[in-house]
Amino acid sequence: MTDRATTTTTTVSVRARGGDGRLPGAWALGLRRGALEIRQFFRQRDQVVFTFSFPVVFLFLFASIFHDDVQGSGVTASQLYVPAMMASGIMSTSFQSLGISIAVERDEKALRRLRGTPMPAAAYFLGKIWLVLFTGVLETAILLAVGTTLYDVPLPTSAARWLDFAWIFVLGLTGCALLGIAISSVPRSAKSASSVVVLPFLVLQFISGVYISVDSVPGWMLDLGALFPLKWLCQGLRGVFLPDSAKVLEQAGDWEFGRIALVLAAWCVGGLALCLLTFRWKTRRDG
Amino acid sequence: MIGVMTAHGYELAVDVRGLRKRYGDVTAVDGIDLGIRRGEVFGLLGPNGAGKSTTVEILQGNRSRDAGEVSVLGADPATGTRAWRSRVGIVWQDESAPAELTVRETVRHFAHYYPRPRDPEQVIGLVGLEAKADSRIKSLSGGQRRRLDVALGVIGDPELLLLDEPTTGFDPAARRRFWDLIRLLADEGTTILLTTHYLEEAEALADRLAILAGGRVVAEGEPQALRDRFGTGAAVEWTEPDGTARTEHTETPTRTVAGLMRRFDGEIPGLRVSRPTLEDVYLRLTGQETVR
Repeated sequence: MTDRATTTTTTVSVRARGGDGRLPGAWALGLRRGALEIRQFFRQRDQVVFTFSFPVVFLFLFASIFHDDVQGSGVTASQLYVPAMMASGIMSTSFQSLGISIAVERDEKALRRLRGTPMPAAAYFLGKIWLVLFTGVLETAILLAVGTTLYDVPLPTSAARWLDFAWIFVLGLTGCALLGIAISSVPRSAKSASSVVVLPFLVLQFISGVYISVDSVPGWMLDLGALFPLKWLCQGLRGVFLPDSAKVLEQAGDWEFGRIALVLAAWCVGGLALCLLTFRWKTRRDG
Repeated sequence: MIGVMTAHGYELAVDVRGLRKRYGDVTAVDGIDLGIRRGEVFGLLGPNGAGKSTTVEILQGNRSRDAGEVSVLGADPATGTRAWRSRVGIVWQDESAPAELTVRETVRHFAHYYPRPRDPEQVIGLVGLEAKADSRIKSLSGGQRRRLDVALGVIGDPELLLLDEPTTGFDPAARRRFWDLIRLLADEGTTILLTTHYLEEAEALADRLAILAGGRVVAEGEPQALRDRFGTGAAVEWTEPDGTARTEHTETPTRTVAGLMRRFDGEIPGLRVSRPTLEDVYLRLTGQETVR
């Protein structure tokens, strides 16, 4: 008797329902997913420490080893490494971390589970963009703090330069993030994900002027690098944080802000199309 | 809400005709017909590799099919819209939920995906995870994770719940608790399709069941009716005066017993007359019958 009474009460009470009866919008769900992604990210201590310290350690190593004046440019090698490592940090928080983490989520079948709910795909992608915006801003702020205090990189003084910084950051980060979502479909399993993602990222850093200054990288390598967003992200950040006298180091002898905007915007659009066309919710062996 | 009415007046939640699916040279599903009525618990029973999971994945909209017509809640799952997905709950076979989040955070978050979700706190209570509500998912035991899977499957208040081998790896007590949960959901009117290779589970839960073997339905009906239809005959066991145990399989057990009564004076030692169990029927139909 008691059992029966309890069951009946539960049956009635679990029917309580929320919601307004309409399917929630992708934008609002994207915000919720973003908040959840950020919370999950910061609960994984190793990942947080690794992600944020990697570019800082590299900046410290390169900028401390190479610190001479660069001929006729009015800047030191250390100063060149500050925007370079900021660009690298933006790409590692977006391209590298998404490329690996989404491959892992797919392998663990967390994506398949989401696909079984009415959550729109756009909300998932938006959530990832919010996550990388958040971590990217933090990473960039840390590198900027180190660069200005240790290596005498001046902060921009004009509002126009800060504005340039803002759009270069957002376009570069978004483009790299979409490229990261796209490459996450390449690895066959979570185990191979980091190799598949890290190798192209390493190569790009060599041919885009991150580790080696653009005036030392062979022209054909730079041309290859110019097909991807990292080279333009580096160039834009040099334009923001270095004096105009350093333009002499550039391939074109100029910062080329217009072309940077064009290439990065093209990567945002093309990367989105690539994601929508190639994104898999299941691994290959799940069919 | 538009369903298919059968000739017998049942409204079908799931209607499958001539379903086929091949993986390379292997035919996983070889022409299956299924009709699952609204509000019933339907068991899909069969050994590993019989095509159960493939069938359920096609019904979920997570796998393509090679041939056949499939209607789930009036729509083709292959082209299921968001609105359709909000009416179908899925409990996966081997699933991972976000390890770093707590049970409460996850259930609350999933509720936001649906137009008319159940109350997250009550769903956590329904699956018996109140005590673990603030624990990270990575700290849950296997059974607790499965209960979380069920919570995420029902949070959207689905009309149809698809469960693929939900109790694999459960201890007997956890399985009983899980059965109670399924019965509770069924009492509320949820149509439930569950696959299992545990016969007692199908018998305990299912209003009707289909037995699959080699990608085909070899029997379908109420458990009792299946037993009556396929489990003909009986086994009569007794002990001879010299102590040897005898068993005779017969269509006419009463006649056998009458014969024994004439031979023995009084009690027949060790007499036992047994009808085939559903398990015997199942093993025979799926070609796994053991030699007795």
